[in-house]
Amino acid sequence: MISLETVTVRYGSTPAVSSLTEEIGSGEWVGLIGPNGAGKTTLLSAVAGLVTHDGAIRVDGETVSDLSPRHLARLVAYVPQQPVLPPDMTVGQYVLLGRTPHIGYFGFETTEDRRVCGVLLESLDLGAMAERRLATLSGGELQRLVLARALAQEAPVLLLDEPTSALDLGRRVEALELVDALRRERNLTVLSALHDLTLAGQFADRLVLLADGRAVAIGKPDEVLTEDVLTGHFGAHVRVLRSEGDLVVVPQRVR
Amino acid sequence: MSTTLPRNPPAPVRPRAVSEMPGTSLHPVSARRAVVVALGALVGAVVLGVSIGPADVSFSAALRVVASHVPFVHFHSGVSRIDADILWQIRLPRVVLGGMVGAMLAGGGAAFQGVFRNPLADPYLLGVAAGAGLGATVVIVAGSRLSEILPLAAFAGAVGAVTLTYLIGATVGRQATVSIVLAGVAVAALLTAIQTFLQQQHAPDLQAVYGWILGSLTVATWSDVLLILPYVAVSALVLMAHRRLLDVLRVGETEADSLGVRSSRVRLTVVAAATLGTAAAVAVSGLIGFVGIIVPHTVRLTTNASYRVVMPVSMIGGAAFLILADVAARTVLAPSEIPIGVVTAFVGAPFFLFVLRSRRVGRST
Repeated sequence: MISLETVTVRYGSTPAVSSLTEEIGSGEWVGLIGPNGAGKTTLLSAVAGLVTHDGAIRVDGETVSDLSPRHLARLVAYVPQQPVLPPDMTVGQYVLLGRTPHIGYFGFETTEDRRVCGVLLESLDLGAMAERRLATLSGGELQRLVLARALAQEAPVLLLDEPTSALDLGRRVEALELVDALRRERNLTVLSALHDLTLAGQFADRLVLLADGRAVAIGKPDEVLTEDVLTGHFGAHVRVLRSEGDLVVVPQRVR
Repeated sequence: MSTTLPRNPPAPVRPRAVSEMPGTSLHPVSARRAVVVALGALVGAVVLGVSIGPADVSFSAALRVVASHVPFVHFHSGVSRIDADILWQIRLPRVVLGGMVGAMLAGGGAAFQGVFRNPLADPYLLGVAAGAGLGATVVIVAGSRLSEILPLAAFAGAVGAVTLTYLIGATVGRQATVSIVLAGVAVAALLTAIQTFLQQQHAPDLQAVYGWILGSLTVATWSDVLLILPYVAVSALVLMAHRRLLDVLRVGETEADSLGVRSSRVRLTVVAAATLGTAAAVAVSGLIGFVGIIVPHTVRLTTNASYRVVMPVSMIGGAAFLILADVAARTVLAPSEIPIGVVTAFVGAPFFLFVLRSRRVGRST
């Protein structure tokens, strides 16, 4: 579904992502992990067509750099780490923004657009809130709303940049469970940056560990989440424990 | 496409009866009411504008005079020749021009606040005022024989200043929006410096320059109306056509781009349209301040922050507001006139503070 071929992104002369090659299958959830500044956000931005890149990125067989922004937005929905949430916008208005790629330049939302958004709000348990202003929503509600807007694009690929960073522990698991459920129902391909390594290991099918813009480890969670690999690239001492089949990554204090 | 989404995917998490999202969230009843209220205010302002003045001419007389000017209709107003001339040659063009200027300043302000996501943005943000001021000053100090080209010089100065701002701002830095606003500050400072220098070098013209800067509709004629009509019409149409996209820009350029909008192109189009309209307005009225800030914000605070509401209601409300301000400007100290810019700020600021305060109190309860 997503094909990366020697993808390089430069800010000025310094490469933020260097010749990355990877194939991501349809319906797969791939987690991007790595220390701060490793290039996770940059890679997601490149797939979303927001920064120019060298090499080739193909989504569903189409080359990203050849597509119009509108066409690309019907293939790829992008949720940034800190979405802008205008406090005086209503929930209904916000989720309808997700229909933008389906509306012509001078056009307006159709009944169909409104129906799609209504169904989404209902299914994400936000149906009663369509009239509420964003300022009145809780963190968990906002997280579901942002997902609803992305889903309203009806794109087969979902890019999530640290989707849980603003949530408390319980809401984090809840949000990722929701993404997983939606992915299975709609056969979405998910590429997400995840900073919580334990959760990354539990939810992603495969992990890509980025360091200085290069993929230094790619594989199933138990292949990537090893003490050697993590300690080497995160600059911290890490222990990886096993708890009921799940991997638990624990940072260690150096004594 | 290798994978297509199911047309009606089963609702995840919690299945429920499928209902259409309440349409009211996009086109709230309050929005329609706001348009109606604004139109009512506009009608009231027009009635006051044509009825009030040193000569005692009633509104019904005004209506009859207007009817007598409808082409191909031979209607005798029965109004005396002098009264008819006062209405048709003095009051009516002044009201119409005031309405157009008010609509442009308020609509331009709303547009700039939208594309720059800055509540303090007004239509003068990118140098329209400084450019127009310089253009007007050049003409005034060059001699009164040139006074007929004053609007053209002000218009050219305004458009030139914004073009300069855009050329500088859009090409430096990665945060184009911020760079453009900063370039606007620099260009405005530079042009104002030149304008002030010229003004000081030609002390006898000080009062004329100052009077123009404070703004006035005193010498409004039908030819002024016709002069700016094309610009105002095109500008208003383009701004109205972009009201949905201005809503998309509310989530910022990056997210708007990710939704398939070329935000820099939308920004350029909206800025060009708003500049054309405000430059035309400023060219015939001088630098009337404050309308572009308080009208759109009053609309946001009292109705809805969506540009589908803010844009049309600001234009209608801005027209009503400026016509009323002009009525005050010519009646309060009659027979002498107060500069209309003084009235817009003096009346507008307390009113705006009142709206701001009552809205805050209303929200916290």
